[in-house]
Amino acid sequence: MDIIAGWRRRELWTTLALHDVRQRYRRSTLGPFWITISMGVMVFALGLLYGQIFGQDLTEYLPFLAAGFVIWGLISTVILGGCQSFIAAEGLIRQLNAPVSIYAYRELWSALIAFAHNIWIFLAVAWWYDVPMNWSLLWVVPALLILLVNGFWISLMFGLLSARFRDVPLIIGSLVQVLFFMTPVIWRPEMLPERALFLQLNPFYHMIEILRAPMLGQTPSLENWLVVLSIALVGWGITLFFYSAYRWRIAYWV
Amino acid sequence: MASITLEKVSVSFPIYNAATRSIKNRLIQSATGGQIRADRGSNRIAVVQALQDIDLRLQSGDRVGLVGHNGAGKTTLLRVLAGIYEPNEGRVSIDGSIVPLFDISLGMDQESTGYENILLRGLYLGLTRAQIRARFDEIAEFTELGDFLNLPIRTYSSGMQMRLAFAVSTSVAPDILLIDEGIGAGDAAFIEKANARLKQFTERVSIIVLSSHSEALIKSMCQKAVLMQHGRLIGAGATQEVLDQYRALRAGNVG
Repeated sequence: MDIIAGWRRRELWTTLALHDVRQRYRRSTLGPFWITISMGVMVFALGLLYGQIFGQDLTEYLPFLAAGFVIWGLISTVILGGCQSFIAAEGLIRQLNAPVSIYAYRELWSALIAFAHNIWIFLAVAWWYDVPMNWSLLWVVPALLILLVNGFWISLMFGLLSARFRDVPLIIGSLVQVLFFMTPVIWRPEMLPERALFLQLNPFYHMIEILRAPMLGQTPSLENWLVVLSIALVGWGITLFFYSAYRWRIAYWV
Repeated sequence: MASITLEKVSVSFPIYNAATRSIKNRLIQSATGGQIRADRGSNRIAVVQALQDIDLRLQSGDRVGLVGHNGAGKTTLLRVLAGIYEPNEGRVSIDGSIVPLFDISLGMDQESTGYENILLRGLYLGLTRAQIRARFDEIAEFTELGDFLNLPIRTYSSGMQMRLAFAVSTSVAPDILLIDEGIGAGDAAFIEKANARLKQFTERVSIIVLSSHSEALIKSMCQKAVLMQHGRLIGAGATQEVLDQYRALRAGNVG
């Protein structure tokens, strides 16, 4: 199938993704490290500001914020990039007889490259504030994997929808912006007076939490994991259905 | 054994732009292009019928030229053969590895060096890194670019870029080669060299489908030809016969 055939061309899409990232920072002296720097500036500025506003102890708040930001960066890049996965590859899709899933892999990979640049901010903050390291750190690996599994169906599904309906990337773009403020990235879940329902209903809360908790030395909750796993199952079910039905139309739409 | 079989293949494109309103519920037949019609059962989306009821059977050893006026469906047909467009109707079955050579400078990264672009193009063609490395020297030598290969290709002239793309694209012989328009390649000395390589290269390919407006090119490369008009296949046979038919058709259109 297209997705498996796409996986076999991984030398191609890893190279393409690398070129994408380099393209964005071409001829700048620091290159992709601007990703790291801009994330660093953001975390410190917002950390100092909101630490004051919320009256938080920076020892705990800054690592929390850094972890949240880095993960949110990964999730939002995957979603926004996923919308563009097929549209941006228009030229290649019409000229190259390669499985179209490679363009979804490519977006995922370049999001992961950016994540690899951002994670250093968290590591620096964590080292500075002595964030506890323990066995729950092992949860990072499966958490990252399940996020990528989710990211892949998002790339395929949103890419497909966006190729057909060009309003989709715009809608998703503004939704993601709103959801950033609805999701506990700069504020802590405990700050809500009662565990509000809209927090539990927010899929991004669970996605962030399964990765952030182990990064901060806590064990992620079963509830978070169950939610993210069911999102993956349902998402893949829907995506496989639509993708196998409409994959062949993508070349016509772009 | 490579082979290509098309049975009653039709391809139509939905057009989702605003301009579709003016042509809804209308059937327009123009001198160039396929046929534009309103989609059945929908009064919102116009459809361009790019290919209609194409039957085609090609076997190993076939060298086929595609002729027809602009927009007759030549490129669309090549894309169907490449597996890029799956037809709306009809059946396509293709045996053998395919390399489409449509846009020879497709996907070149201007900021990357010549070597990196050799790698990139090789990956497009479906080679692995190891296979490309094994061919590096041979490709580099053929391009005659020497130290320029270490510079980003935005510093190249268009002829130099063409050399690079040409050298990589002709380094592996597929079973089926699809070519859209002629491959122009640089200065006179290089064209000679390129022709020699192209000849050697095409001898190893089982099936070639070449779309071109150059009668000379088609005559020199193809023993068969296919004539297309408005997305239909209206003539097939020996090259000279089809070219004559095409000439008569053009004369008819003018007069």
